[in-house]
Amino acid sequence: MTSDSQGLSRSMHLGASTRGETVHPIMELRNLDVYYGSFHAVRDISLDVGANQITAFIGPSGCGKSTVLRCLNRTNDLVPSARVTGVIDYRGQDLYAATVDPIEVRRRVGMVFQKPNPFPKSIFDNVAYGPRVTGMKLDKSETADLVEHALSKAGLWSEVKDKLDQSGFALSGGQQQRLCIARAIATSPDILLMDEPCASLDPIATSLIEDLMLELVNDYTVVIVTHNMQQAARVSDRTAFFSARVDDAGQRYGHLVEMDQTSKIFTNPSDSRTEDYISGRFG
Amino acid sequence: MTTAANWSIEGKNHERNFKSIMFLGLLWLSLFVAFLFLIILLVTTAMNGMGRYDIRLFTDYNNTTPADAGARAAILGSLFVVTVTAFMAIPIGIAAAVYLEEFADRTKWYNKLIELNIQNLAAVPAILYGMLTLGILTLLGLKNKNVVIGGSLALALLILPVVILTTREALRAVPQEIRDGSLALGATEVQTVTKQTLPAAIPGIATGTILAVSRAIGEAAPLLLLGALVFITYDPNGLFAGFTTMPIQIFSWTSAAQDEFKQLAAATSMLLLVILLSMNGVAIFIRNKFAKRW
Repeated sequence: MTSDSQGLSRSMHLGASTRGETVHPIMELRNLDVYYGSFHAVRDISLDVGANQITAFIGPSGCGKSTVLRCLNRTNDLVPSARVTGVIDYRGQDLYAATVDPIEVRRRVGMVFQKPNPFPKSIFDNVAYGPRVTGMKLDKSETADLVEHALSKAGLWSEVKDKLDQSGFALSGGQQQRLCIARAIATSPDILLMDEPCASLDPIATSLIEDLMLELVNDYTVVIVTHNMQQAARVSDRTAFFSARVDDAGQRYGHLVEMDQTSKIFTNPSDSRTEDYISGRFG
Repeated sequence: MTTAANWSIEGKNHERNFKSIMFLGLLWLSLFVAFLFLIILLVTTAMNGMGRYDIRLFTDYNNTTPADAGARAAILGSLFVVTVTAFMAIPIGIAAAVYLEEFADRTKWYNKLIELNIQNLAAVPAILYGMLTLGILTLLGLKNKNVVIGGSLALALLILPVVILTTREALRAVPQEIRDGSLALGATEVQTVTKQTLPAAIPGIATGTILAVSRAIGEAAPLLLLGALVFITYDPNGLFAGFTTMPIQIFSWTSAAQDEFKQLAAATSMLLLVILLSMNGVAIFIRNKFAKRW
């Protein structure tokens, strides 16, 4: 398996790696603040997401990393009381500008969730759902080709090609998660967000997904939230470390401590809090 | 010899002592009482109807001579009225539930008020829906109020809250992750509802709806108020045709003088029971067979 050895060599040479040294930002977050009602949950986030790189968000629970991730495809909008200020520049456009259609954003920025959430439909229909609802005009054979392509990309084709009409629920947890990845890439997104995609998976399924991420980054930009620091170290090019703080009024909020090349964050972070966290002293 | 702590685990089984057995016995007794009366009712009704379980029950119209009377008009009337009821109540009920569950902002006062109202409406006595319908038909200037559309309207109003509540229940059982997954793929909220949430909730909706419709079949009070207690000797042949239904026919025959009519009433009751039980059976089957465990 080439992807396996690739993943291994990448993590082994972490210290000397040059991955993530240069950034061609596809998304630039500037002074992003997120509110839930009157609760100012995340404050003043500025960071760049590099094109065709894996960006990892790490940090303790409640530090706002998932909240920031959900801003990147405007799924935070679906929380009724949520409000976002600041700028997310995506290819020269502000994601939160009034003229932007959030549906259009979500079609370009796909998302994979913590818990595998296949639809209660066949494996085929799970993958074909995105293209169908986004109005891609495909005939039967084009749809079949697209489904095969997406499932192959997600490394699932050989396992499911004979049971495409079976329910997505019939698959194992790891397979379900790869089905969800296939579903997300079937609409050919630009960026793929992953919110702790391996949190409910066993180590073998996890390593398959990690290999997959390293494959996907050739075609897509990947942003991953993870609690697993080894995972961030293994797969990501750049890592953003978030933490939680309490303000003068006693409100707990998330903020960005630092963001850098992953190899630097894990071997020589510039902030002592990052070092404390990755060495397991807190969080 | 000093006695150390007693580690023996032998002894009389506490789950088999007198109190426990008494308690269990009382539970069984209660169940038995409830069951006994149901059995007595079923058996006596079945016996009373003996002699009229024939094809003429289905083929003959009502007649002043009991031997020539049948429940044809009532059976067809029940089916017709309930079908129209279902066509009125189910689409409106499901649509209302979808709005309340998927689109309404639950923090707004008017949505809270609607919620509270629907809960209460489900507990309103059936006769009130008859009075409401009577009022509506009078306002519309309908002279003859015992028409199929009137009866269906009353029954539809009656089961609407139940349809709404069970549909909401079924929609709520669909995990949020399904909606999130759909929306994250760039589906609109309408697409998410029509292509994911609603299809996933259909078994639950079907179960609740069938139970609601079977309630409508057994209902007599609101129809009596519309004047459905009439002598009908023709098949209901239009939305504005007069009609009678099985519960009303049973009611009318039970209060008749001749014993043969009472026999006829019992036979029709058994038929009504069979219909209700099979509908409920279908509902349970759908629930067990198609309901998804998330």
